[in-house]
Amino acid sequence: MADVVARDIRIPARSGQLSLHKFARRKSTIAFLMALPLIAIIACLVIYPAFYSIHLASLNKSMTKFVGFGNFEFLFRRNTFWMVVEQSLLFAITAVIFKAVVGFIVAHFVHNLPSQGQRKWRGMLLIPWVIPPAMSTLAWLWLFDPSYSAFNWVFTHLGIPQVAWLGNPYWARFCVILVNIWVGSPFFMIMYLAALKSVPEQLHEAAAIDGANWFQKIWYINLPMMRNIIQITALFSLIVTFANFDIVKILTNGGPVDQTHVFATWAFTLAIWGNDIPLGASVSLFMAPILAIAAFFILRNVRRRGNEA
Amino acid sequence: MTMTTAAAAAGQIGRARYGSISRGRRRALFWSYFFLILFVIFFLTPPVYMFITSLKSSAEISAATNPWWVYHPTLSNYIDLLTQNQFLIFFRNSAIVSICVVSITMVVSIFAAFALARMRFWGSATLATGVFLTYLIPESLLFIPLFKTFAYIHDKTGIELINHWWVLIILYPTLTVPFATWLMIGYFSSIPKELDEAALIDGAGYIQMLTRIFIPVAIPGIIAAMIFSFTVSWANFLYPLAFTTSADQLVLPVGIVTTLIRGDVYAWGQIMTGALLGAAPPLIIYAFLMDYYISGLTAGATKG
Repeated sequence: MADVVARDIRIPARSGQLSLHKFARRKSTIAFLMALPLIAIIACLVIYPAFYSIHLASLNKSMTKFVGFGNFEFLFRRNTFWMVVEQSLLFAITAVIFKAVVGFIVAHFVHNLPSQGQRKWRGMLLIPWVIPPAMSTLAWLWLFDPSYSAFNWVFTHLGIPQVAWLGNPYWARFCVILVNIWVGSPFFMIMYLAALKSVPEQLHEAAAIDGANWFQKIWYINLPMMRNIIQITALFSLIVTFANFDIVKILTNGGPVDQTHVFATWAFTLAIWGNDIPLGASVSLFMAPILAIAAFFILRNVRRRGNEA
Repeated sequence: MTMTTAAAAAGQIGRARYGSISRGRRRALFWSYFFLILFVIFFLTPPVYMFITSLKSSAEISAATNPWWVYHPTLSNYIDLLTQNQFLIFFRNSAIVSICVVSITMVVSIFAAFALARMRFWGSATLATGVFLTYLIPESLLFIPLFKTFAYIHDKTGIELINHWWVLIILYPTLTVPFATWLMIGYFSSIPKELDEAALIDGAGYIQMLTRIFIPVAIPGIIAAMIFSFTVSWANFLYPLAFTTSADQLVLPVGIVTTLIRGDVYAWGQIMTGALLGAAPPLIIYAFLMDYYISGLTAGATKG
């Protein structure tokens, strides 16, 4: 009652105020003001730096002179650059494929379990994703230690020759990818498990009546039903893996002889340690095309899902 | 009579078929458990090995005995680290940064998500897509221009932004805000329109609508977004490595990596202890709020 009275009194006061005030009370203005901090953060700390790095890439080392594509020309002539391109692609593509495969397999195994037990297993299997990657990579570094490697200890006892994990370029590449798979596949597992839960059970029953075996059920029912999630997860992971920094930085720091550098770590080495910010910015810009392609497909996928709903 | 035999026969057939399915299922179950145990061993080896090493003295580590077993368990590594002033400073820096980032992220993203999900304004649809796209821009692309910008700000205004732990509070929202907003837009759009119409009829303003209806209904989403922001800001490695150097300005992940590894001398017992303690807060949150954690993880890509 008191509310109603109070409102009655306010109404004339409100209509008598300035049009600016009325404008400020409009729904879209309030909405814009509410979104303003977000717009400010995105504009100042994401959009502006992204474009600024294009500008930086066109300067000389002391950042006093405009050199156009000079940095890129310099990069194209360097062997290390092509090595980094090759390793980045190898690293991202192999790791994403294996993460997807491992995640897919593990998700099916977890899905097979009686539903009371699934929680426990899911909880254990997600742990690599929860530990900060920098911390878990330290554990891997210790497992791969040249003189005290716990894996080599097991190998010696099994009669297998020891492996110079991070000392040999090929093994170092393998290790970097292995750790990335270890960190990332639980994420795929969780996504695929969620997708598996949404596959209607009737489809499997119908397939069982038609005499389909387990492989046919996975190939003809689960895969097509999960296609969307499989695509989106793989694209997300491609972006994250391609831009990966922590694992390579801690595990090998690019070595041996720059063989395991990816774009992010090499850009860091050049810009922060080498003090050549324009060159580092040019290197990191090479991540952009792949990111743009992946982002385009993700967006299309998300939009399509939005329209279906 | 015929009915009962038919029923019995049907029952028998049913039981026979049921039996074969259950035998097939039991075999599938056996192999599922078998392979899951293998995968769990693969997934849990590093953290378990961390724990094993953290209980060893440096003498035992360098003695090259069985690395997978502790013969003389000791807590000396934990005591050393937790009484070390430096380590406690890392912990404090990490904690303050993470808590501030989570608060900023939640305030910004809840307001923005409410505006984008419910109150349309010019360009709001584009902005929602833009938020999603900025989430896809990785930190490894942004740290160089940001580093240069901060150096430039120092030259112009004299405000030193590099090599201060609190600068991370400015930087981390670039990683957390877009995703948290995206997550909250998804949760807010799933709230039925009837609820806010009812609130409008009852005379609620937009702020009241947000605080009385949207926030209480979307609590699971808010918790998921908070967990996400906390994990990201606790775990980030690139920004602190690039922006902070002095030992008293470091956060936990960088502090452990840079101060415990001195040249070629690796104090592995302490490193593993530090890594385990650094991994503990996210793990503890995960242990208690696993369902929220997972819902946040899956909602990011599936809600659109």
